[in-house]
Amino acid sequence: MSYFSDIYNGIKTLLTGMSVTGKYFLTLRKGAITQQYPDNRATLKMFDRFRGEVIMPHNEDNEHRCTGCQKCEIACPNGTIEIIWDRGIDENTGKKKKKIDKFVYHLSMCTMCGLCIDVCPTDAIKWGQKFENSVYDRTQLTRVLNKPGSKLQHGVED
Amino acid sequence: MNISLNITKSIHEWLFSIMPEGVANIVEMALIGLLYLAIFAILGLFLVLLERRVAAWFQLRIGPNRVGFQGVLQTMADALKLLSKELTGTVKADKFLYNLAPYFVIISSLMALAVIPFTKEFQAFDINIGIFFLIGVSSIGVIGILLGGWASNNKFALIGAMRSGVQTISYEMSIGLSLLTMILITGSLQLSEIVEVQKSGWLIVQGHIPAIIAFMIYMIAGTAETNRAPFDLVEAESELGAGFHTEYSGMKFAYFFLAEFINMFLIAAIATTIFFGGWLSPFGITESIPWLGVFWFLGKALILIFLMMWFRWTFPRLRIDQLLTLEWKYLLPINLVNIVIMALIVWLNLTIKI
Amino acid sequence: MEQKTTIDKSFKTEPYQINMGPQHPATHGVLRLVLTIDGEIIEKVEPDLGYIHRSIEKMCERDSYQQIVHLTDRMDYLSSNINNEAVCLAVENALELEIPDRVKVIRTIIGELTRIASHCLWWGVMGMDVGALTTYFYGFRDREMINDIFEETCGARLTMNYNVPGGLMFDIHPNFVKRVKEFITHFKTKIPEYNRLLTGNVIFQKRMKGVGILTKEDAISFGASGPVARGSGYSCDVRKYHPYSALDKVTFKEALKTEGDSLARYEVRIQELWESLSIVEQLIDNIPEGEYRVATKAVIKLPKGEFYQKVETARGEFGVYIISTGTKSPYRLKFRSPGFSNLSLLNHIAVGGKIGDLVATMATLDLVIPDIDR
Repeated sequence: MSYFSDIYNGIKTLLTGMSVTGKYFLTLRKGAITQQYPDNRATLKMFDRFRGEVIMPHNEDNEHRCTGCQKCEIACPNGTIEIIWDRGIDENTGKKKKKIDKFVYHLSMCTMCGLCIDVCPTDAIKWGQKFENSVYDRTQLTRVLNKPGSKLQHGVED
Repeated sequence: MNISLNITKSIHEWLFSIMPEGVANIVEMALIGLLYLAIFAILGLFLVLLERRVAAWFQLRIGPNRVGFQGVLQTMADALKLLSKELTGTVKADKFLYNLAPYFVIISSLMALAVIPFTKEFQAFDINIGIFFLIGVSSIGVIGILLGGWASNNKFALIGAMRSGVQTISYEMSIGLSLLTMILITGSLQLSEIVEVQKSGWLIVQGHIPAIIAFMIYMIAGTAETNRAPFDLVEAESELGAGFHTEYSGMKFAYFFLAEFINMFLIAAIATTIFFGGWLSPFGITESIPWLGVFWFLGKALILIFLMMWFRWTFPRLRIDQLLTLEWKYLLPINLVNIVIMALIVWLNLTIKI
Repeated sequence: MEQKTTIDKSFKTEPYQINMGPQHPATHGVLRLVLTIDGEIIEKVEPDLGYIHRSIEKMCERDSYQQIVHLTDRMDYLSSNINNEAVCLAVENALELEIPDRVKVIRTIIGELTRIASHCLWWGVMGMDVGALTTYFYGFRDREMINDIFEETCGARLTMNYNVPGGLMFDIHPNFVKRVKEFITHFKTKIPEYNRLLTGNVIFQKRMKGVGILTKEDAISFGASGPVARGSGYSCDVRKYHPYSALDKVTFKEALKTEGDSLARYEVRIQELWESLSIVEQLIDNIPEGEYRVATKAVIKLPKGEFYQKVETARGEFGVYIISTGTKSPYRLKFRSPGFSNLSLLNHIAVGGKIGDLVATMATLDLVIPDIDR
């Protein structure tokens, strides 16, 4: 008799499984979980904490907040950040002072661990939400984050 | 020669009126051959697209929707891509058999397609042993699979091919016996006559309980015959990678791929013809317009194809020994008992006739 | 029904070898298995490792303790947050830092969510390995909700690096609690669906029952841990025996099965989904107020000595063993990864089965290859 109950139970469980997929088939209009990626670029918004790339915000006077303390360079596990610095003369005080020449960021080596941003004392670098980073040449992934001609925002070091 | 080419009488007569008989015969055969190749290609491409869309909907996806309106040209683009691809192969492959294998598969399904009655008199080859021919021809396909697996000199392909051999030989029995159950009612193997018999009720209604059992067995065995999930041990992606067509590329792979879908259509078409009245409309509502039979036929076949797709995207795969257990311990004994019951029903005239 | 396959030796057969992997759909990465097969029956399984070895342990000897955390993301990437937690706990215990309750609770919640996400992925892949392709998308749908929560809270979906020695990198997102509650109500309706779709299915039951049997003694002697060992009746949940973070404040049952076959391992994981969900539910309403981080020195120097911390990841017991000489990076660091010892079982339990059994058994071991190779 177990022969027939096996068949009965088998068919019953198979139909139960089919009811699950069948339900989704009928309600597929609401249920599509995939995104139409390149088409929805206009509406696709990443979360504000999303780690896309490291950026250095500049204000409208082309000033950044990086003092060139190199804490981020030390904190980075992969050698992603290279700060090329120089000693220049501060305009306000007239003293010799460390300032950045180039803040080089190798996106190709970055693991998005966030330690540089965590360690930055002046909030000079932040996470950017851009994620479309594919390029044809690897050298384009090496970026200089401070804009040309930019200088340190006044009062950051205090 | 027992070939009656009765696709459309008018073309036939027109051809015979403008040229001598011999030439007209050859031209007509060529025309019909081309027509069936076109049906084959269009049907194959459409079914691949349908499969992808249906699978997507089961899986909460959208499916192909970029090429053409709602992705209708997607499979066409895929076929063009496959045509333009390089035909690679293994160095130590048996070149002759390796190249021969896809044609076995595709020709067998094309031959089987010829006897399917799409509508009244739309049938290339109305032969009086129709069902027998179908069963015979559709089992040639497995030779192609065996050859392909063997000749490509790849162990994964070989395992897949051997599994396919075991599986197809076993499930041929169930297909044959379940169809035999229904032939007890019709008393004829000719497909057009089987459809005629169903004018007094579809066979699944005429034969009631044993017919439903036979239909269930037929669908299970048919799914196994076409190597589709849950019986896709031949391709078993997570076990064998791609199975017997691991080493095939480009158009040769496409032949296997298209043949799989045409075989699925064939299984559904046979089920439609035998169980669901073929091109007959339900309750004879469009009996006066015979060409609408194509619509009914394809509609019924597509519903059955959808059922097979539903199986595929729901169930896990069986193991090889379970596959054989299912056939030899469950389907075959039930089938044999079912034939006896059906014979009794036909003998005692217990069939339901409208 | 289930019988051990016997081979008729009067018909002489010859075994042959097959390379399963490193590029194979069922090995979930770059594991290479050298199989010796007689027809369909497996005679020997030899795992060949090292295709994704990145010498993480050696890299740790170079890095500071803050930097080590992000390397553990890249081992068992499906339970990255639990791995992070292990390193942080080891460092905090060595420094004898007092961690605020808020941090402990958040760590536990995110850890359990990680476990759910990992098991969701496993469930989907498990179904795919036995041939039911649709489960993959259902599993990923639910995992995606958790990943979105993570992304909103810490910016990354997989390699989170949210823990730092001393607490968390930043506070939870204001939406966190709301979203987690939404997820709990959503997921409670989905586990029964998982069971209807796959667990109850007769084909699945037949494929899993009595396959790949691992006895309790073998589980212990092979060093198995996590759901693999608990499926054999070996009670070994680190969360129960050595509770860390806020796990001593919650009540939960350890999922335990005694059959030891593939189905038991499967059911243990399904049971764990419920338990993890209940842990999250107990904690989500009472996240205590307070600091999210204790200030540590910029350069952490551990005292001289040896430190060990173990946690329960989604795959089993994950251990961090640090030998410090008092400098800013460890002298030697050893990770005890659950995948490695669970993989060592494979030859033991898969021999005598079919190729299909091997794939199903391997799926129930829930291997993550970077975790094995490190």
